[in-house]
Amino acid sequence: MPEGSEPLLEVHDLVVRYGAATALDGVDLAVGRAEMVALVGPNGAGKTTLLDTVSGLVAPAAGRIELRGRLAQVPEGRRLFPEMTVEDNLRLGAWRVRDRRVGPVYELFPHLVELRRRKAGSLSCGEQQMVAVGRALMGQPDLLAVDELSLGLAPQIVDTLAEHLQDLNRRSGMAILLVEQNARLALDICSRAYVIEAGRIALTGPSEQLRNSPAVQAAYLGGAYEA
Amino acid sequence: MTLFLQYLAAGIASGSTFALVATGFVVIYRVTGVINFAQGVFAVLGGFLAYSLLQAGVAHGLAESLAVLITAAIGLVVGLVALGRRGTPPLASLIVTLGLAIFSYAVVITTWGDHPISYEGLSGLLAIGGVSMQRQYVLIVGAAVVTFLALALLFGRTYLGMALTACSSDQRAARLMGIDVWRMGLLAFAVGGGLGGLAGVLLTPLQPVQFDSDVGIAVNGFAAAIFGGLVRPVTAFAGGLVLGVAEAMVAGYYRSSYETAIALAVMLALMLWQASRRAPSEE
Repeated sequence: MPEGSEPLLEVHDLVVRYGAATALDGVDLAVGRAEMVALVGPNGAGKTTLLDTVSGLVAPAAGRIELRGRLAQVPEGRRLFPEMTVEDNLRLGAWRVRDRRVGPVYELFPHLVELRRRKAGSLSCGEQQMVAVGRALMGQPDLLAVDELSLGLAPQIVDTLAEHLQDLNRRSGMAILLVEQNARLALDICSRAYVIEAGRIALTGPSEQLRNSPAVQAAYLGGAYEA
Repeated sequence: MTLFLQYLAAGIASGSTFALVATGFVVIYRVTGVINFAQGVFAVLGGFLAYSLLQAGVAHGLAESLAVLITAAIGLVVGLVALGRRGTPPLASLIVTLGLAIFSYAVVITTWGDHPISYEGLSGLLAIGGVSMQRQYVLIVGAAVVTFLALALLFGRTYLGMALTACSSDQRAARLMGIDVWRMGLLAFAVGGGLGGLAGVLLTPLQPVQFDSDVGIAVNGFAAAIFGGLVRPVTAFAGGLVLGVAEAMVAGYYRSSYETAIALAVMLALMLWQASRRAPSEE
């Protein structure tokens, strides 16, 4: 995390259990203001559990979470309300805040204007991901947590969405926590990253450093990394 | 022909009350995933409460309205008990509603006794197209239609209704938006209670109610709700009307003791037909 900046999110020694199984075991993580941080790891490593715990959906068994601002999550698989229109999905994202104007989201994703009366369930996966990101932005978050941005999407659409996230981060200073199996994408667009394996943080550091780590290259980048 | 139209009118009226009870089942199930076995109790309590208020000298209209509001409040309490702590599984809540339905018998018998009660509804007959029908029938159908339109507006046009729909669509996503799914569940129980109470206050002038009348009302309402797969209010409403008309025809042309059994058989046949239309065709 950048020196001197107050962390927006701090997770200390977090433990989460599902019955007898331990999903997170002493996880520490921090996201600074206006930072883009990646959380990468294999399936079942505890990435979504960590996000759900930070979002308040899962109660931790031990540890501490300090969130100094508003958090909105783009869930894995989008999870739109399929029978509702795009606009109604967006408006529901503002449940916690008074301002329900959808204009700023349409400015970010102009393509959604023509889809605004369509049922969300009838959209393509890429369009749905735009709505999911837009819906989260309607909550005016200080920290946007995106769970598996690239899941099931064509590379071209992933690139476009990634550019939007970087642009948001640069222009509004919104912090972004990107949870990804696609480590190459995550390390490319985030300045810092955590690698989580079997419920523990295995590695952490600047993305550049992790990119050059032989362990990360072997496990997540398919061998030597080529920029 | 006149007789047929009279049976039809009576069937639509009683079917409207089934439709109200069915809609209560649907609203609660969609939002909470709980099948509320106490749904018929709300109708019984609505009837008894209106009866007591009228006996106490409260004017018609106000007494029935108060009874509906009180049953909505009772619905909220049933929801509090049934939903319990956040995260209670729907199956556990279902069993709790069954227990509450049985408990209600003790409450009704202790408070009002075990004899059936009724009160006067809208008196007089109304002639429409040469068919004379009780004005209470017209009131029931009108009240059901107005209620249904109000619910459609609530769910389709208001932000609160959108949140309720979101809870029924994807509870996890709704929670991520910051919607309190548990509170929405309580609201659904209150709406369900009010709908059941409304059915009760409308039905009691035509059909006396007693402590265990909830079973017949709930069976008919549940059958209608199942017709809509427990999630589609419009189909549930239509199911209530079909059931009501079928019962009235059986009672009118054959025997009233067979009305529920035959009407349910008709519903079963319709549901099988629906299922066969949905099933993928096998070559």
